Amino acid sequence: MFLDVTLELLKGFGTTLQIFALTLLFALPLGLIISFGSMSRFRPVRWLVRTFVWIIRGTPLMLQLIIIFYGPGLLSNWAAAVENPNVFTQWLAGIGVMDRFLAVMIAFVINYAAYFSEIYRGGIEGIPRGQYEAGQVLGMTKTQIFFKVVLMQVIKRIIPPMSNEIITLVKDTSLARIISVYEVIWTAQNYIKLDGIIWPLFYTGAYYLLFCGILTLLFGYIEKKLDYYRS
Amino acid sequence: MALLEVNNIHKQFGKTEVLKGISFALEKGEVLAIIGSSGSGKTTLLRCLNFLETADRGSIVLNGETLFDGENTRRDSEDIIRKKRLHFGLVFQSFNLFPQYNVLQNVTLAVKLLHKVSRKNKEMLAKIEADAKALIDRVGLSDKLKAYPCELSGGQQQRVAIARALALHPDILCFDEPTSALDPELTGEVLKVIKGLKSSDSTMIVVTHEMNFAKNVADKVIFMADGRVEETGTPDEVFGNPKSEKTIAFLQKSLEQI
Repeated sequence: MFLDVTLELLKGFGTTLQIFALTLLFALPLGLIISFGSMSRFRPVRWLVRTFVWIIRGTPLMLQLIIIFYGPGLLSNWAAAVENPNVFTQWLAGIGVMDRFLAVMIAFVINYAAYFSEIYRGGIEGIPRGQYEAGQVLGMTKTQIFFKVVLMQVIKRIIPPMSNEIITLVKDTSLARIISVYEVIWTAQNYIKLDGIIWPLFYTGAYYLLFCGILTLLFGYIEKKLDYYRS
Repeated sequence: MALLEVNNIHKQFGKTEVLKGISFALEKGEVLAIIGSSGSGKTTLLRCLNFLETADRGSIVLNGETLFDGENTRRDSEDIIRKKRLHFGLVFQSFNLFPQYNVLQNVTLAVKLLHKVSRKNKEMLAKIEADAKALIDRVGLSDKLKAYPCELSGGQQQRVAIARALALHPDILCFDEPTSALDPELTGEVLKVIKGLKSSDSTMIVVTHEMNFAKNVADKVIFMADGRVEETGTPDEVFGNPKSEKTIAFLQKSLEQI
């Protein structure tokens, strides 16, 4: 029984890891783009991006997940019932129910990109102006200054808050359960429904704990690697 | 003809007029010391020369080439400004070394990027490194090639910054209060290095609060007050026989022993 549960939960945890990895893959670069937007010298862009970040960070991820999953379906229903259908409403009606996993990915990527963007922004704005100016008087281009002078310093600065956020992401993946994506919590809850046992649910904690432990070691290693200098 | 001719430079930040028409000329191999109280516009002047700020009016002519002309309203492209900057080097008050690179890398980075040296070009890289090592030796830090800035004292960091600026062989090397962040002992070692450069025929502009340095090392002294050149001349003239009231008051205060 124990072995069965372990293997079954491992399958569920596979989905958990999938959500985790894909979110990182897309949210890390997207966050950088958003951070450039929130630092834009062009006011409307800055204002718009910062409002977006405020909304995303100011509402629960669970709510965002629900809206992204149910929203399109509701719109689709409404469009199908419109009395004088046109091309647009017909297209909307065709959407139907959103794919669950896709909804999870959209919600997680947007949510985490918003958080990452603020970490990037803090890292970039924390670099003293003298570093840019030193690069300028040495005849470097803006691109060279960013990649050769600033970037490494930004990375060093953002590693601690990033590792914090990424470890939070591991546990946030459990929110996918709210729209019945079969991740590890959902798998464990199935045992309650079908077998009347609750211990597999408790057991899932071990998976999270182990994975977060590995990440902690990894980030500790990176931090140590970058410890050869102080700014 | 003078190496550098600065004519009637004006600079305004918002409503504050920081430079109200600065003019001076500098011959090749000369050391110019700019003295004056804080807020008199010394740093802004250096920043205008290095194109970290764009002057509002006036002109900067170097070796017969007009680098800046306030009459010309067309803004130069980033690329052109970058090329013009290379005529000048700037050593900052706060060093601004790149913390993630060691001493040798700090000195070679800009040169490698400027000549777009690829990693495969071993010959060119070796030449750049040899060049950098010679400069680092000149500032007395040959034993610190692999040290990171955080492992160096302020004086050592500033000496690396000087080597870094020299690596691009600027026509004129500017110093913006190079010793203001250092204690007296470290100040001495940095000033010694700057003095050593004089004998190698470098042209320098040094903004400083070190009156003895200005007196003993400079060929020419400018006293700035309130955005204007209040007095200019040889050290003997400015320190020995100041004419302006403001100069006299400033020198009296700065030479007063406590």
